Amino acid sequence: MTRLVAIVVGVLLATALRAADVEPPFDDPGLNQRYWGLIREIRCPLCMNESIADSKADVAADLRREVHRLLAEGKSDEEVKDFMSSRYGDFILYRPRVAPVTYALWAGPFVLLVVGSLVFWRIVRSRRDQPLGEDEPG
Amino acid sequence: MWRYAIPLVVLAVIAALFYRGLELNPSYVPSALIGKPMPEFVLPTVADSETTLGSRDIAGKVALLNVWGTWCIECRHEHGFLLQLAKSGMPIYGLNLRDERPAALGWLATLGNPYVASASDVDGTVAVDWGVTAAPETFLIGRDGKILFKHISPLTAEVWRRDFVPLIKAQCGASEPGCPQLAAVRAP
Repeated sequence: MTRLVAIVVGVLLATALRAADVEPPFDDPGLNQRYWGLIREIRCPLCMNESIADSKADVAADLRREVHRLLAEGKSDEEVKDFMSSRYGDFILYRPRVAPVTYALWAGPFVLLVVGSLVFWRIVRSRRDQPLGEDEPG
Repeated sequence: MWRYAIPLVVLAVIAALFYRGLELNPSYVPSALIGKPMPEFVLPTVADSETTLGSRDIAGKVALLNVWGTWCIECRHEHGFLLQLAKSGMPIYGLNLRDERPAALGWLATLGNPYVASASDVDGTVAVDWGVTAAPETFLIGRDGKILFKHISPLTAEVWRRDFVPLIKAQCGASEPGCPQLAAVRAP
């Protein structure tokens, strides 16, 4: 029984310590805002669909610390993103930059929009010439 | 006629893409560092906090850098293979990630030490420079100090034969300086 209590206390203590693993925010509110903005935009490379702000993975904690360090050194947001993507690739940015690798990603929706509009326009035009009430059945 | 063909063609293209997607690993993220010089570092070694291991010690030969930690269960799985590989003449350097020195030393004493030396990266700073997500990861470093390949997850004989050996053979004759011995290139 004592052993059980000890285990439960241990587990609770461990989670409490875990929760305390949050970097001290900056004194400057502007820097804080940039810090939070950046860590929400950087994807955790291990857990894929979490930002490093949300993730509990060790690597996410390391990356938060690096963001913190770079901002403290006076680096710009762009420089922080460059730091991350030069190590972990474009994948790590939730908003990947425009590069040959990501052309399809960025242009794709607009290409589809244009194609869709053309199809729509053709259909509308072909039906405009039909008299009312003589639409194709179905 | 071809107004019926268009949707079929679109369907065929999508089906082909999805079929291809079935075989892709969605959690595979290619390393941004392949083909680039290895990131520089100098860290104290696990064996002795007074001596250091750095990128300069690794440069100049074909070598592996293996990221490990005593908290890493998969590392235990690959450890036997690393021992075999080291025995066959492949130089393996370790990057010991987020470990206390006594724990790391205990691991090497119990399981055996396949490493020429292991650098102790206690807070993961060097690992971030190398784009490491988690242990185990293994980098193949060429004679020119560039990163040739990175394997995430435990290293196995199959992976070694399939991914590492052709790359080593491509840049090395067996008896050239800086090249691993033939036994290492043949799968152990």
